Amino acid sequence: MSLSGQTAIAGVYEHPTRWAPDKSESLIMAECARGALEDCGLKLSDVDGLFTAGMSSGIMSVVELAEYLNIAPRYLDGTNIGGSSFVAHVNHAAGAIHAGLCEVALILYGSTAASNALAIGTGMGGGGGNPATAFISPYGMTTVGSYALVAQRHAHLYGTQPEQLAEIAVTMRRHAGLNPDAKMQKPITVDDVLSSRVISTPLHLLDCCIISDGGGAVIVTSLERARDLAKPPVVVQGCGEALRHQEIGSPDLLTIAAKQSGGNAFAMARLGPDDIDLCTIYDSFTITLLVTLENLGFCKPGEGGAFVEKGRIGLGGALPVNPDGGGLSSNHPGMRGIFLVIEAARQLRGGLGARQVEGAETALVHGTGGTLGTMHSGASLVLSRD
Amino acid sequence: MSQKEIPYKTPVTDWQTLAYWEGCGRGELVLQRCPACDLVQHRPRGVCARCLSSDIEHFVASGRGTVYSYTITHQNGLPPFRDACPYVLAYVDLEEGPRLMTNIVGCDPDSIEIGMAVIADFVPDSDGLGTPRFVLG
Repeated sequence: MSLSGQTAIAGVYEHPTRWAPDKSESLIMAECARGALEDCGLKLSDVDGLFTAGMSSGIMSVVELAEYLNIAPRYLDGTNIGGSSFVAHVNHAAGAIHAGLCEVALILYGSTAASNALAIGTGMGGGGGNPATAFISPYGMTTVGSYALVAQRHAHLYGTQPEQLAEIAVTMRRHAGLNPDAKMQKPITVDDVLSSRVISTPLHLLDCCIISDGGGAVIVTSLERARDLAKPPVVVQGCGEALRHQEIGSPDLLTIAAKQSGGNAFAMARLGPDDIDLCTIYDSFTITLLVTLENLGFCKPGEGGAFVEKGRIGLGGALPVNPDGGGLSSNHPGMRGIFLVIEAARQLRGGLGARQVEGAETALVHGTGGTLGTMHSGASLVLSRD
Repeated sequence: MSQKEIPYKTPVTDWQTLAYWEGCGRGELVLQRCPACDLVQHRPRGVCARCLSSDIEHFVASGRGTVYSYTITHQNGLPPFRDACPYVLAYVDLEEGPRLMTNIVGCDPDSIEIGMAVIADFVPDSDGLGTPRFVLG
């Protein structure tokens, strides 16, 4: 029997903090667990599957987290594939629940990247003593630089303009202005983006996501169980994951994992881009969001620049993306996949006021992990109201 | 225009990658070819990345390629890159097939275009190894 429609997101919680120097990452996660359990009316003792990933948590992360929470789950998943991990965790939780290996899956993320002054975009990757990375480490690749390679090639092949990338940043900021928890809320214009300093051509400062502290929790269970809980179930209709790397075979840099993971998620759900009312898409950079829309099939390769213009991806447009303000303006503690799941679920439940996508029935979630320029993962979900 | 350059350190090597770095020390771009399935691969590995054969051969490549993409990096907080900004990070597609990440030096960064021909240039170190980068031409 297909996995489609068998499981649901029953509880979600996004920590309101964006600056928490007084909290540890474990504490943030415990507070998020409490919030998500209260959200759906379950108790910690109901949880029998634990999923987590983090930038600083190390190889035993899920075991250490279970110790902090004082639980002994029968299903463990510390899959760490970058920022998309938590979207993949929903995928994995659905499979585990469907197979009877787990009944209540708790997915957790917490990070103090901002208060740790982690220069994720421009201050990492010095290269250690690893022979495998010796082919990248001499050359000064930053995270921003890696994504800039993608943006530059997209501009070369398709004439994509800096103004079109800037529209994405402007739209995300407009959405964040409607989200009281968002880190950056003051509206910006295309001119503001283009006059912000260039980090690595063609990406400006405002083409890049913010760095915040934060965390989130998602609870997945069977659809049957979710219907008995406090909130309307958000049904997992389809899921998929994938990865891409540069290297042998000279692959197209502009074809990203989303093409495969999104294709599989749509196929499982027996739906397509035309069926989707809103998207939550990993927006580490403006270019990430643009090429993801192309690879998911919302527009053809090269048409992304035009697609994001004229308000199409804004609230009130034909395909609202990241109504919470995304990583570009709301929340990005280094890995933001969990917030994609949370916002999509909140939108499908309804009641979000000014940032509610009217009549939202079906959502597409896509997370990217790693860097598009070198190697990256992708995880996609198709979610719907019950 | 004189461009600041990133100072390269002696690369960390293992038995799978040593031939490449020793080649760089001699001013040669050494790639791997699999005699069983003809795959030309980079980065070097102890097996063929297509058929998993262990019978890997090395050969000296032409050093010629084209710019697949590039970016001019203006901000990098880490030493020694911090003091070399702005520098050019690029992907070069070699004539023989593989794609390399590298720097492009010796030119005005604004003169670089995707598709331009480039050729490998080597910075030797004191251990008989070296690091390649590329120049226009």
